[in-house]
Amino acid sequence: MNNDDLRTYVSALSAEISFEEGGQYLTVLCGTNEFRKLMERLRYDAASDFDYMFCLSGLDWKTHFQVVYHLESMKNGHGLVVKLKVNRENPEAPTVCDIWRTAEFHEREVFDLFGIRFKDHPDLRRLFLDDTWGFPLRKDYSDDKTIVQL
Amino acid sequence: MNLFDDQPTKFVESEEDFVVNVGPQHPSTHGVLHLKIKLEGETVRDVQPHLGYIHRSIEKMSEAGSYRQFSYLTSRMDYLSSHINNQACALAVEKAIQVEVPERARVIRILMAELTRLASHELWWGATGLDIGAVTPFFFSFRDREAILDIFEETCGARLTMNYMVPGGVMIDIHPNFQRRVKDLLPKLRKNLKEYDELLTGNIIFEERTKGVGYLSPEDAVSYGCTGPVARGSGVRCDIRKRYPYDGYEKVQFEEIIETGGDCYARYKVRMREMEQSIRIVEQLIDTIPEGDFQAKTKNVLKPPKGEWFVRVETARGELGVYLVSDGTMHPYRVKFRSPNFSNLSALKQMSVGGKMGDLVATMATLDLVIPDIDR
Repeated sequence: MNNDDLRTYVSALSAEISFEEGGQYLTVLCGTNEFRKLMERLRYDAASDFDYMFCLSGLDWKTHFQVVYHLESMKNGHGLVVKLKVNRENPEAPTVCDIWRTAEFHEREVFDLFGIRFKDHPDLRRLFLDDTWGFPLRKDYSDDKTIVQL
Repeated sequence: MNLFDDQPTKFVESEEDFVVNVGPQHPSTHGVLHLKIKLEGETVRDVQPHLGYIHRSIEKMSEAGSYRQFSYLTSRMDYLSSHINNQACALAVEKAIQVEVPERARVIRILMAELTRLASHELWWGATGLDIGAVTPFFFSFRDREAILDIFEETCGARLTMNYMVPGGVMIDIHPNFQRRVKDLLPKLRKNLKEYDELLTGNIIFEERTKGVGYLSPEDAVSYGCTGPVARGSGVRCDIRKRYPYDGYEKVQFEEIIETGGDCYARYKVRMREMEQSIRIVEQLIDTIPEGDFQAKTKNVLKPPKGEWFVRVETARGELGVYLVSDGTMHPYRVKFRSPNFSNLSALKQMSVGGKMGDLVATMATLDLVIPDIDR
């Protein structure tokens, strides 16, 4: 499917999603409520068949967090980006590691560096850092001891 | 890192569980990777990697630097593919500021990238032999890798952390000796590849150690996000150079190597055959490097517009993705590196549970992990 077809297809899946313009891939904006259902449809429907998640990243927009999922279908050859908006006060997102197994490590990394908790993740521990450490990739993170400001 | 208390999942369930720690300093891990392995006799029941020993938060440091600076940090990620890491960053910034790279620079980039792939696979070949118990391959491979590094040194001034590819092209023009030295080297490498095969590929002990060991199915490879020779050994067509060509890979003739075995031997074969393809690519381009500029004219301070860009390249170990988010200032707002080793490592448990402890070492060898790329 090309981007226009994908757009009609994805907008039929859920009423509560919107699209972001101007990106390289078709970008879907989504909230935590409809997220799981949308991702399951994207993965298991034969028309979309997004079997390969090639990137999962966290983003801090100061007012809210975003978890960005880059998806691709090895068979159909199309790509899609899903952006999940996460509340900054109580950062919690549904896990997708039962759908794409690569998400298990990637979600642990996002938890480690942003402090976003993934609900129902089988093994949510810090991946790189100590339990007492803060969340360094947040924009308000400061560490006078180990970060030298130039 | 809390090594003793593994909440929420408890690694040690009862007192009979036998746990072996491999690493963080262990010859078969090629770096500071710590594996906790639960054994029953000699059979692996569970594997848990502990990461972070070499975590430097390159993503955070990138946010403090400028668009020119952050690519220099990436040479330190996968230090055996440093040219290709720099290339990915350069491509991302070029996409953001919309700069056309001169043809000469593009050809030099492919040449350097393929020589890097060769050097990396050669080191892997030697180290794999060493892991499995053959000492001689290590000397053979280092002899050949050394010759390639000498060529790099002449042009880039560095042997490991090259920092040669910059936004707009390459940093300096190639050394006058470059073409001659590469052309002298290629026939020797061709000859030596045959020697490699004689030494290790047909060896009965080596085949017994690798055939049918560490099986990874194509579905699992895709689900775990495995890329590069690991996924291609399981029959997944995932070469970014073929699927989404960059820097002119669409113009050169080469084959995407696919093996369907899914075991250690298949991954071994993929890399061995890939070396021949890299030589083939270099041979095609070395005589026809176009004349002209080696770098496009760019402003001193790069300021891309607001937006985001994703660039995918094929390093020696798989797909490296650079996700660049700009807020319109001179510093990147967010840089995320999707590193191939990180995803390849996550499949280790799938590949080794149920096998023997010695098979796990063989599996690790053919995964070809570079730890700084996992921790970043």
